[in-house]
Amino acid sequence: MSKNTLLDRVWDNHAVRMVPVGQTQLFIALHLIHEVTSPQAFAMLDERGLPVPYPERTLATVDHIVPTDSHVRPLVDPLAEAMLVALERNTAKHAITFFGLGHPNQGIVHVIGPQLGLTQPGLTIACGDSHTSTHGAFGAIAFGIGTTQVANVLASQTLLISKPKVRRVEVTGQLSSGVTAKDVILAIIGQLGVNGGIGFAYEYGGSAIEALDMEARMTICNMSIEGGARCGYINPDQVTVEYLRGRPYTGDGPAFDKRAKSWLALASGPDAGYDEVVTINGTTIEPMVTWGTNPGQVVGVNQPIPKDADPETLEFMGFLAGQRMVGVKIDVAFIGSCTNGRISDLRRAAKLIADHGLKVAPHVRAIVVPGSVVVGQQAINEGLDEVFRQAGFDFRAAGCSMCLAMNPDKLQGRQICASSSNRNFRGRQGSPTGRTLLMSPEMVVIAAANGEVTDIRTLCGV
Amino acid sequence: MPLKIVSITDRAFHLPGDNIDTDRIIPARFLKCITFNGLEAHVFADDRTKLAGAHPFDNPVNQGRTILVVDSNFGSGSSREHAPQALKRWGIAAIVGRSFADIFSGNATAIGLPCVCVDETSHHDLLVAVNEFSLGELIVDLERNQLVYEWRGRQFQLPITLDPAQREMLINGTWDTIATLLEVNDQVDAVADRLPPLALTE
Repeated sequence: MSKNTLLDRVWDNHAVRMVPVGQTQLFIALHLIHEVTSPQAFAMLDERGLPVPYPERTLATVDHIVPTDSHVRPLVDPLAEAMLVALERNTAKHAITFFGLGHPNQGIVHVIGPQLGLTQPGLTIACGDSHTSTHGAFGAIAFGIGTTQVANVLASQTLLISKPKVRRVEVTGQLSSGVTAKDVILAIIGQLGVNGGIGFAYEYGGSAIEALDMEARMTICNMSIEGGARCGYINPDQVTVEYLRGRPYTGDGPAFDKRAKSWLALASGPDAGYDEVVTINGTTIEPMVTWGTNPGQVVGVNQPIPKDADPETLEFMGFLAGQRMVGVKIDVAFIGSCTNGRISDLRRAAKLIADHGLKVAPHVRAIVVPGSVVVGQQAINEGLDEVFRQAGFDFRAAGCSMCLAMNPDKLQGRQICASSSNRNFRGRQGSPTGRTLLMSPEMVVIAAANGEVTDIRTLCGV
Repeated sequence: MPLKIVSITDRAFHLPGDNIDTDRIIPARFLKCITFNGLEAHVFADDRTKLAGAHPFDNPVNQGRTILVVDSNFGSGSSREHAPQALKRWGIAAIVGRSFADIFSGNATAIGLPCVCVDETSHHDLLVAVNEFSLGELIVDLERNQLVYEWRGRQFQLPITLDPAQREMLINGTWDTIATLLEVNDQVDAVADRLPPLALTE
């Protein structure tokens, strides 16, 4: 059993009680909701006539079904419009703050929480979305829940949950040029497996993790769930504090400094005990690309697809065992999502384009979808939108977009998409036969320019 | 009051494949809804279309069977409760597998759909029997932590495991946890009172 880890401390701070069956009734400090997994939860409350006792601890936005071209109401898709209307009605009825379409704070729920400074170290955070693990980058204990549990949190601000074991994932050394947080998390999932994290929370640490900025840390924690870990976190440090300083919900000054001190004290100390420790050499991680239909089916861009790769998956993808991903032709390039749709992702992608005068290959459809309205506005203020447009990318409005294609942005037929998102599941990007290659935003840019998967290090001069 | 789910007795069928994610169980386009009603029509929609009638959920023999046998890491990926909802509404009453994704098994338990694990040897034995047309009923016995069936004149009693808390809640009929959560509102308020406010600013 773990002891003196951040998870232990945060768990104890929020434990209401142990129930006889052995689970913790855990207080949820911050509950985030969106249009896809909340309507049935509100219906459950209505059926039982239950109120929402802590509406100030729930925040709503709309992200999954948002069209990224036009926000004219009613939305063209009547089902999307119905979901939006339901959320508007439910949040108004229960006095829950809602950052809806047209609101300057609207965006992907896992982008706006950190951006507003609502995501803070030491919180318990739940949301009806598996990528809630993202918020763990701040040293919060954050995890995805289902709709019945959304109803539980709305009605009681608590959940019944079994305390996970803690696996320390230590990434040593320093990352090579051209290697990003996305490559690190893909390498971790490749090594530990897509089911390796079942029953665990992952605590990421080590020199390669500590050297990352906050948005890169969010990319790491975001994909914890792809490794089977419902929750992943990084201990707060000065990088965390400075990122949060001056945000809308944190402000600055003495009150902030005092709180920051308490945040730093939450970090797992030298006396921390873990259920497991895994060490990964960060120095040897390469730019990674998935070849299959789960995020653990991943190789270094120049490495061959394993000889023992699942034949049915290979058939679906149209690849051969032993084949290298470099040179695979792509049809679509997508930069965005809660994994890699933040301003730093867009800045790095735009800088690559500008530094090397890149243009999207004629046969490739390339889109950039900022993670939030604020990210989009920052990009526009910095002229990044023009860099993308002149290179041949479409620059869209904020939302989840082609990560899961609940809006009109979809793959067609067997198209192959170089994607900065988080899941390469069959059908994920809107076409049942469409194919997704997960990679870093930088790798998406170079793939878009060359029209095929390319080792980013050929540009970096490594 | 929720039902006490102590054991499930029925015939079973196998859905092969490790890491079957919730996007496959219910593709995202079917999440455009504000109720769970009707989701059963879309369970494994894309896989079934691709297999044109050869999918286990389309096999006439499997219609009416309520115990689903799966492989490992079933229900990985998205937290969408639509996935266990679609399975339950299709008629599945219990799922037996090598392992389940955490969020999926939590969601399934919350709607009274048990997810039980068997070890590799038991899984192998079970598949040999289930994939043989002649196998009769199985008993998923949560109380005794075993899976019982008779096959080729031999009685099998395979050990099953599931999260002890999930097991207790199913057996006691407390898997719908809202009532439990609302038992101690004063203790919840006490925790809320000792936590700092979310907004540091006025």
